[in-house]
Amino acid sequence: MSGERVRLFVKAQVLGYKRSKANQYCHTSLLKIDGVNTTKEADFYLGKRIAYIYKAKTQKKGSYFRAIWGRVTRAHGNVGTVRAKFLKNLPPSAMGGSVRVFMYPSRV
Amino acid sequence: GHVSCGLLSGLGHCWFALAGKRRGLAALKKKNGGKFPTHAKKVAPVAAATKAPRMYPADDVAKPLAVNIVRKPAKLRSSITPGTVLILLAGRFKGKRCICLGQLPSGLLLVTGPFKLNGVPVRRVSQAYVIATCTKVNMPSVDITKFSDSYFKAAESKRVKKGEKEFFDEPKEKKALPAEYIANQKALDAAILPALSAELKGYLSSRFTLRDGDRPHLMKF
Repeated sequence: MSGERVRLFVKAQVLGYKRSKANQYCHTSLLKIDGVNTTKEADFYLGKRIAYIYKAKTQKKGSYFRAIWGRVTRAHGNVGTVRAKFLKNLPPSAMGGSVRVFMYPSRV
Repeated sequence: GHVSCGLLSGLGHCWFALAGKRRGLAALKKKNGGKFPTHAKKVAPVAAATKAPRMYPADDVAKPLAVNIVRKPAKLRSSITPGTVLILLAGRFKGKRCICLGQLPSGLLLVTGPFKLNGVPVRRVSQAYVIATCTKVNMPSVDITKFSDSYFKAAESKRVKKGEKEFFDEPKEKKALPAEYIANQKALDAAILPALSAELKGYLSSRFTLRDGDRPHLMKF
């Protein structure tokens, strides 16, 4: 038995927003999913749900933790980066932070 | 003087070329002995004589369109069959490996631990929240007709709208699961457990987890 803690998500780093040199589009974030290095590998993660989890000062529904949910929308570039859209745009403080990419909705 | 086809290019073909194949209405007529072919005229049935209604609504009320929805259960992935071992991806039993019993008419999958091995009761789960492994159990033919969607609906307690009085009352105690459910679970497991090898039992008792360096997109489940 692996015990109480099971990890059923893949960690990903938030790289920033979709952007050109001088403009950024905050509605779409770029993520680097651990272990994904090509566009083909990123195919598995398309559509998967993502949660950006952060702590807040006040409790809501009995927890200090809060989440912003989103989904992987498409690959970005050739080296496995991925675009994601969240229900609410990610805050800029999330850049460089980590995010959880779940394995559902599953197509396996 | 041959008219260059360039002038008539808009027609697609050279008009002269089609002279031999008459396709126009004149040709149709000729084919059918001088008359156009017709269907027999449909005689509208004589409407029964009705009295004009006495009351009309003040405004013209739009009649909603008839709804002819036929709901089919969600298409089942080919990797999921009765007897497949599934990994649950979310919820209370995430990571647990359980056996698929079949698909319910609502489209959800019917699944059981078996309860004795991993605590997963007979439960409904959506396809999207499940990974189908290639491990299959030779399922003895189990009767799952009694586990229908309504069987599970009854288990969800009805949410009573809280009146003011109830708001201040103590929360109601959890209703114990009716003995019937427990008996059904036991019966189902008793039918399935003998079909499992000791190895498979150990497998079903364990949970799936990702570790550092694991890449689900490269895994063969």
